[in-house]
Amino acid sequence: MSTAGPEGANGATTLRNAFGGVLSFFILLLIGVLAFSIRLFSVIKYESVIHEFDPYFNYRVTQFLTKQGIYEFWNWFDDRTWYPLGRVIGGTVYPGLTLTAGTMWWILNSLNIPLSVETVCVFTAPIFSAFASWATYLLTKEAKGVGAGLTAAALLAMVPSYISRSVAGSYDNEAVAIFALIFTFYLYIKTLNTGSLFYATLNALAYFYMVCSWGGYTFIINLIPMHVLLCILTGRYSSRLYIAYAPLVVLGTLLAALVPVVGFNAVMTSEHFASFLVFIIIHVVALVYYIKGILTPRMFKAAVTLVVSVGLVVCCAVVAVLVALVASSPTKGWSGRSLSLLDPTYASKYIPIIASVSEHQPPTWPSYFMDINILAFLVPAGIIACFLPLSDASSFVVLYIVTSVYFSGVMVRLMLVLAPAACIISGIALSEAFTVFTRSIKFQLPGLSLGSQVESGDVTSSVAVAQNSSTAVARNDVAKAEKAQEASKTRPSKKNKKKEKDIVEKESVTPHSDRRHLILPMEASVISIFLLVLLGAFYVIHCVWAAAEAYSAPSIVLTSQSPDGGLHVFDDFREAYAWLRHNTDVDDKVASWWDYGYQTTAMANRTVIVDNNTWNNTHIATVGTAMSSPEKAAWEIFNSLDVKYILVVFGGLVGYPSDDINKFLWMVRIGGGVFPHIKEPDYLRDGQYRIDSQATPTMLNCLMYKLSYYRFVETDGQGFDRVRRTEIGKKHFKLSYFEEVFTTHHWMVRIYKLKPPKNRIRGKTKKLKSKGSSKRSVAGKRNPWN
Amino acid sequence: MAKLAIAIFLAISLVLFSRLSFSRESLTGRRILVLLDDLSIKSSHSIFFNSLRSRGFDLDFKLAEDKSLSLQRYSQYLYDGLVLFSPSVERFGGALDLGAVLDFVDSGHNLIIAADSSASDLIKSVATECGVDFDEDPSAMVIDHNSYAVSETEGDHTLIAADDFIESDAILGKNKIEAPILFEGIGHSLNAGSSLVVKVLSASPSAYSANPSSKLSNPPSLTGPALSLVSVVQARNNARIMISGSLSMFSNRFFRSGVQKAGTSAKYKKSGNEQFVTELSKWVFHERGHLKAVNVRHQKVGETDEPAVYRIKDDLDFSVEIYEWSGKSWEPYVADDVQVQFYMMSPYVLNTLSTDQKGLYHTSFKVPDVYGVFQFKIEYHKLGYTSLSLSKQIPVRPFRHNEYERFITTAFPYYGASFTTMAGFFIFSFIFLYHK
Repeated sequence: MSTAGPEGANGATTLRNAFGGVLSFFILLLIGVLAFSIRLFSVIKYESVIHEFDPYFNYRVTQFLTKQGIYEFWNWFDDRTWYPLGRVIGGTVYPGLTLTAGTMWWILNSLNIPLSVETVCVFTAPIFSAFASWATYLLTKEAKGVGAGLTAAALLAMVPSYISRSVAGSYDNEAVAIFALIFTFYLYIKTLNTGSLFYATLNALAYFYMVCSWGGYTFIINLIPMHVLLCILTGRYSSRLYIAYAPLVVLGTLLAALVPVVGFNAVMTSEHFASFLVFIIIHVVALVYYIKGILTPRMFKAAVTLVVSVGLVVCCAVVAVLVALVASSPTKGWSGRSLSLLDPTYASKYIPIIASVSEHQPPTWPSYFMDINILAFLVPAGIIACFLPLSDASSFVVLYIVTSVYFSGVMVRLMLVLAPAACIISGIALSEAFTVFTRSIKFQLPGLSLGSQVESGDVTSSVAVAQNSSTAVARNDVAKAEKAQEASKTRPSKKNKKKEKDIVEKESVTPHSDRRHLILPMEASVISIFLLVLLGAFYVIHCVWAAAEAYSAPSIVLTSQSPDGGLHVFDDFREAYAWLRHNTDVDDKVASWWDYGYQTTAMANRTVIVDNNTWNNTHIATVGTAMSSPEKAAWEIFNSLDVKYILVVFGGLVGYPSDDINKFLWMVRIGGGVFPHIKEPDYLRDGQYRIDSQATPTMLNCLMYKLSYYRFVETDGQGFDRVRRTEIGKKHFKLSYFEEVFTTHHWMVRIYKLKPPKNRIRGKTKKLKSKGSSKRSVAGKRNPWN
Repeated sequence: MAKLAIAIFLAISLVLFSRLSFSRESLTGRRILVLLDDLSIKSSHSIFFNSLRSRGFDLDFKLAEDKSLSLQRYSQYLYDGLVLFSPSVERFGGALDLGAVLDFVDSGHNLIIAADSSASDLIKSVATECGVDFDEDPSAMVIDHNSYAVSETEGDHTLIAADDFIESDAILGKNKIEAPILFEGIGHSLNAGSSLVVKVLSASPSAYSANPSSKLSNPPSLTGPALSLVSVVQARNNARIMISGSLSMFSNRFFRSGVQKAGTSAKYKKSGNEQFVTELSKWVFHERGHLKAVNVRHQKVGETDEPAVYRIKDDLDFSVEIYEWSGKSWEPYVADDVQVQFYMMSPYVLNTLSTDQKGLYHTSFKVPDVYGVFQFKIEYHKLGYTSLSLSKQIPVRPFRHNEYERFITTAFPYYGASFTTMAGFFIFSFIFLYHK
């Protein structure tokens, strides 16, 4: 491999390289356009709105940032959520997304492009998914060459799992975090391949951006140490590994501690311990290698025995102290979410508030086929391809896929971390397959000019031409030959590095000569290529369908297809929030289940008691208890929190399944976890959750039931709930402590007001039957619907 | 056309007039509707009515069964107060009924109810809705064989001389009532669970409620301490209601007659009725014991502007002005028991306010080391006074990033350690790289 081809071939190679470079540039550009445009279905089909729940909070924060500036944002104490506790937004939010969108808005505005903050927020995710696919290209290129990189980038641009979190309007942390994640990995691999401190520093900066963006950064700070450990254990330790890892831990931890929400967690919580442990190990290993270099083998052996015996004792002591320290904390130093990652049953056993979130549930098998589709089949092939040959980079990719498969199996939302790994691995698999098949065809096609060259025997150079990845290698060789002359002047340390580089490249190159044996029959190759293209086409069709149909709904606006093909729009949420905004006092407090907290503050601009940032379990449990209590007790709880309005979501009329009655058991569980007088069995009839006539009296008298089904019987005369597919148990009842003030068009959101305490307290004598009083009760009933 | 215009003008001015009459500041023109069983009461109780008139009230006498009765016109109330001197009415005339009376009270207006032994179910149910239960036995009266009023004829001891008043200057005025009250009528009990109703005139422990003309077969249901003769209610919206079991208590005859309580030698030329009823009516019509709190102010110590948010550990001043309505003007209210809470789910600070005797109450304290949305809360509920409950919301934020101490003395060893490490590393690198 050290020899370059003949003069003419060399010139042709340069031309081909230039051509390939331009081609891959345009391919990447198109991939970016694809990644951006496939995410616009939500804007085209619905409108340019922020989706779902968390994005509304991020949007509100971004608005604050653009209005008040970064220092105010940093010190923002929000008194409109978590009443009366308030929330220190600046210190509890991952600022990456907000700062990114805020910066984009600021740049656009200073260029006199007057876009609204909302528009910028809506399109942040699509833009960053284009970046993410480019980052995927870079990462896969580092691992397996340009061809695999392009394939992986194309796959990632439209993988449904990622689309689900990054359609236009899905303005959530993951939108930028996935890009940051892949880019950090790319820089790590790049540093590992080059041993350059420059890239190591960039890597720490990328890690900093990731820490700013998403709590998932702990995945990076655990995966990279795992890989480092793997390399050390398999005897692949090198100074490049040290350069890739040590600066990342030192700089990365320092930078991470600068993010207010992380702060001292960067050195205090167990999630980060692995990185420090490996940091120690890599130093020990480096020391051992250094000593090995200066001692004779016999002396080295003696030193090892000495150090191991002493070190073992010290280690035992340190471990004992650590274990004692960690064991003394109730959660063993781990946060609830992380613990539920290690032990998938942890959350459902101990923390109902984590288990109650649907995206924290384990995924079902179909969701794998839905979210990563054919990649699920290609991943095993890609893993095999990664072992041919196994380099530092490809072992990292394998480790990445293995861990992310595990995590995705624990929490459905971590499917998002699996998606890039699956794309990279599948890209490698597809690219390798295409290489093999196209080469087989090329070998057997007589008309190709390449044929003669191949016949002439210089196998390696022809392979280098045929395969982009090896082109890069060949180019490296040329460059290296030039550098080799300078090598004599450079310092010995650099020389060592070069030598190692040689070894790596030799490893990666040697198998090319073996591939000569992998030449397949012409027909088989053609059919296989056809089948692979077909497979890819199915993938594209599935992705476009998923983007258009499955993942584009903004969830605040719902649509349904009527039998005659017309489109029916349910805009009840915005209707309700607009009502609140226009008809209630600015300082009024609105209570609802925490799901609707972010939307209420952002869209209705009213103070809420609890919201989607579920940091205070007791406060949420208080609201859960109120919802599961009878009217009077609930009134007292809400009154003590200065609540004026209560918002419930009810899907029984139109069949909207994610309503409060379906979430109700979680309210009971979370409430019961803090206030033991709420007992789940009281709400279940023989272990079954039901709201029909068989339901328990506790269930039929709790506030949530009453607020959901108040006057429901007036709609169809029977009170048939279309979500639970049953007739409700208690149909005719009156509210004595609450009054209905607003119900949306499809009854999806119902707003109630707390009645003020009675002006007078009645005597004990039974009410005398007088016409006056009955007349009065009719007149006094304020019913907007009659 | 002109007539119509005049009619409209009149209607509007009437509305405006009645609107104005609601405000406490207007001295004259407050209107009271007096409902009577028959118009003879107008003259037999004229002293009471004249005392009301002399205090600036316009009295509107109507028969309780008058077909044109109405408390409001165009959703505006025409009266500030209602006096029900019609114990036997079974049904009000016109648009008035139980519900209308209660709505009148619930919109903040005042009510005097006087019953007697002929009290109808309607009157009793009005009282019940206010938290007072008259004896259900229609023929029962209050009898007291120990503290009855001595008169020429021995009688059946239904004319009582009661002198067990509530001790409250706000309700009964500063001057002590010397003479006992003559009372003849029915008794009532209070809802023990109600904090709004207060017994003003209690019967003696030996009093009971029974039919005086028949022999007692069962023990009477209402006796001694449970028996109340006159009670007042202050609703949550500060509407005031006076309920008396005796209409004749208000009569000229009782006002003027002398009284001697059985078993005592003291003879009074004049009963305490006039003073008692007059003072109580002043209270009912908000001429006494009506407080207002204005100018709630708070600011950081040394500043004058009210901030939108406090920081933890700020020192702040809090002040409020409280006045009492004297019947003519707002006078400074002086008390030493007004407290302010700095409240978030529970009071973090509870301070008694000091007064400058001119109505201004003031205190200063340090904001607790807890951030959140706090309230300045004044909950002042004192017997006989309208309840003051006001709250003002104010967020308390944590320190800004640049409000912490920059250099902490106790951390100097750490600063030293990091700087020496840096210097040591620099020197080491220098020697390692260039020493050879």
